[in-house]
Amino acid sequence: MQEHDLSFVRAEMAAVEPPPTADRGLVSWMRRNLFASATDTIFTIIGIALVVMIVPPLIQWAFINAQWTGTDRSACATVAQGGNQPDGWSGACWAFVDAKFQQFMFGRYPVDERWRVYLAAFLFVILLVPMLAPRVPRKGLNAILLFIVFPIVAYFLLVGGAFGLVRVATPLWGGLMVTLVLAYVGITVSLPLGVLLALGRRSHMPVVKLVCVVFIETIRGIPLITVLFMASVMLPLFLPPGTSFDKLLRALIGVALFASAYMAEVIRGGLQAIPKGQYEGADALGLSYWKKMNLVVLPQAIKLVIPGIVNTFIGLFKDTSLVYIIGMFDLLGSVRQNFSDANWASPQTPITGLVFAGFVFWLFCFGMSRYSIFMERRLDTGHKR
Amino acid sequence: MATRQTIAEGAAPRVPLFYDPRVRGIAYQLLVFIGLFAFVYWIIGNTAANLQRANIASGFGFLEGRAGFDIGDSLIEYSSDSTYGRALVVGFLNTLRVAFFGIITATIVGFLVGIGRLSKNWLINRICLVYVEVFRNIPPLLVIFFWYFGVLSVLPLPRDSIGLPFGSYLNSRGFYFPKFLWGDGSWLVLLALGLALVFSWFVRRWAYKRQMATGEPFPVLWTSVALIIGLPLLAFVVTGFPLNFEFPALSTFNLRGGVQIRPEFLSLYLALSFYTAAFIAEIVRAGVLGVSRGQTEAAHALGLRNGQSLRLVVIPQALRIIIPPLTSQYLNLTKNSSLAVAIGYPDLVATGGTTLNQTGQAIEIVAIWLIVYLGLSLATAGLMNWYNARMALVER
Repeated sequence: MQEHDLSFVRAEMAAVEPPPTADRGLVSWMRRNLFASATDTIFTIIGIALVVMIVPPLIQWAFINAQWTGTDRSACATVAQGGNQPDGWSGACWAFVDAKFQQFMFGRYPVDERWRVYLAAFLFVILLVPMLAPRVPRKGLNAILLFIVFPIVAYFLLVGGAFGLVRVATPLWGGLMVTLVLAYVGITVSLPLGVLLALGRRSHMPVVKLVCVVFIETIRGIPLITVLFMASVMLPLFLPPGTSFDKLLRALIGVALFASAYMAEVIRGGLQAIPKGQYEGADALGLSYWKKMNLVVLPQAIKLVIPGIVNTFIGLFKDTSLVYIIGMFDLLGSVRQNFSDANWASPQTPITGLVFAGFVFWLFCFGMSRYSIFMERRLDTGHKR
Repeated sequence: MATRQTIAEGAAPRVPLFYDPRVRGIAYQLLVFIGLFAFVYWIIGNTAANLQRANIASGFGFLEGRAGFDIGDSLIEYSSDSTYGRALVVGFLNTLRVAFFGIITATIVGFLVGIGRLSKNWLINRICLVYVEVFRNIPPLLVIFFWYFGVLSVLPLPRDSIGLPFGSYLNSRGFYFPKFLWGDGSWLVLLALGLALVFSWFVRRWAYKRQMATGEPFPVLWTSVALIIGLPLLAFVVTGFPLNFEFPALSTFNLRGGVQIRPEFLSLYLALSFYTAAFIAEIVRAGVLGVSRGQTEAAHALGLRNGQSLRLVVIPQALRIIIPPLTSQYLNLTKNSSLAVAIGYPDLVATGGTTLNQTGQAIEIVAIWLIVYLGLSLATAGLMNWYNARMALVER
């Protein structure tokens, strides 16, 4: 038998070899993500063509050719159109947005009273930011301030007519301010109303159930415009003769009712996803109906449908633009209204104004959707299988 | 000291009436009913008083009256001498038209973008993501305005129309393309098309039966394509090309002849299609992602090719997830078509609004809106539910 001497043990570590060059760097990334196959290459080329076709002209239009300053339409019109720009010029007319910016924000709200809007907006931000940041304590107090105290304060601030503040009638309101007021009221009313409607729809009492189903399905079956028309034409008919009703309030009622029907369906989805055992467990503990809902079912159900709720909020925010059709001027409405200003009318004015309004809407909606994704991740306590 | 109550065997526990859930339930419902009844009674009373004061007769008799307003875009014969009823029908047809074309385009664009979002190709993926994120987060009304005021109204006047292929033109009054003039015998082409459809249905059935019996596949798709294109073409040749075109021609101020698509319709159609497509894209993406990877792997393990595993395994399951939200998107598009009123496209809401302003018959007009839109919603929902039931998982 032969004995092997196995005394050789490598003492030092082998040097770390670099990964194969083909797997690193830009070229390999491109090979994997852009040119993986022949079809992929074709698609990439089409994509590049698309980007080249859209992006440089867009930058050219929005920044390089854009007119940033000016006092009237001559800044944004070509010579043939009676302006200063060379023929064939095409660029954004940011001067128009600059000149009308105050109107886009406040509408015809009196200039001397605009500090009230600023103050209300400031209070709102001060209350909203700690509400949204999960780490800040005292959420209950914050919610009371934001959803109960703030509306009262803001009402007196914006409308006035008390505490020595001049009354500013709502027809003077306009711009982003109206959009935000509509969205805020719509959101704060539609969530609780939606919860009630959803509970009503799942109730065992036939009358309550029927009323909720009819309300939800009717509202969901018709366009918001008809609801707004109803609110603006029918509401005066329904009230005792002689009662006059604020136009903004009518729109608010219409928007809030509309959103609450959609909210109810979202929340019903959440309620249905809660296992029966949770209801039975709460019953076994002897909780009353409202305690069962408040302490056991709704916290789980609402957590499940946060994306849906925020989607409804985003939809509501976008839908506020429809009040233009019943003669109110929110952000989009006041932009649209200013197209016809003879002082600024030029082929570039409408598109610039719309791009600006679109960007503002986009910021708000995109922000909401990002926040919902953040919240969803945070609250994901493993309900999903 | 409190005494413990013992319940005698057999005797029901004595619960105060107030705490009996059944009694409570009935009481609540009674309360709701009485409240609702009082509310409706109050509203009806007020409405009657208001109507009497404004001297408006209720009822649908006004539909017979002369409308007196013109409608630019109409699928049926209409003039300002027509009745209000006809004006509303014109509006309804216009709503259906824009919804129909919008749904088709939105579905195609939405599926393309949704599949693009799933692509492993980074560039395509990003482009589709930008598309979705842009359109999902701006109001549809803004998109409509963008097309109408930003794009279509700054096109050149008719005399400087932009010429496009196939004798079509684009200018600030809309899009013009040649009109098809079908000559004698063209019904034969239509008949051939119908026959081809029927034939391909039979071929499909036969091929399915044969494959079930013998396992031999049959190229159904190509046969059908050949039938559907070939038969009408054959009829077309046999009848001696009975098709002429009426090209739009430039006159001094306008284009004459051809078919004109007005900018109102065009901007509404484009806006609704592109806006809804962003939502459909997300639905498609969620649907395809919702089919677990194991399904594709199992299909491959069974020896199905890539296309087959997609067609036979992944898509049927994805459709099951896609269809319900897709239905609600179709309904949303139909309801959003009511935004037409903002740019003057004469849809049901626009013509109804004009009628309402002229006659003051608010309740009747709103009732018509309610009935029509609810009817459309229920019809679409019913159709999609039927399709959904066919697609649904067949369980034991």
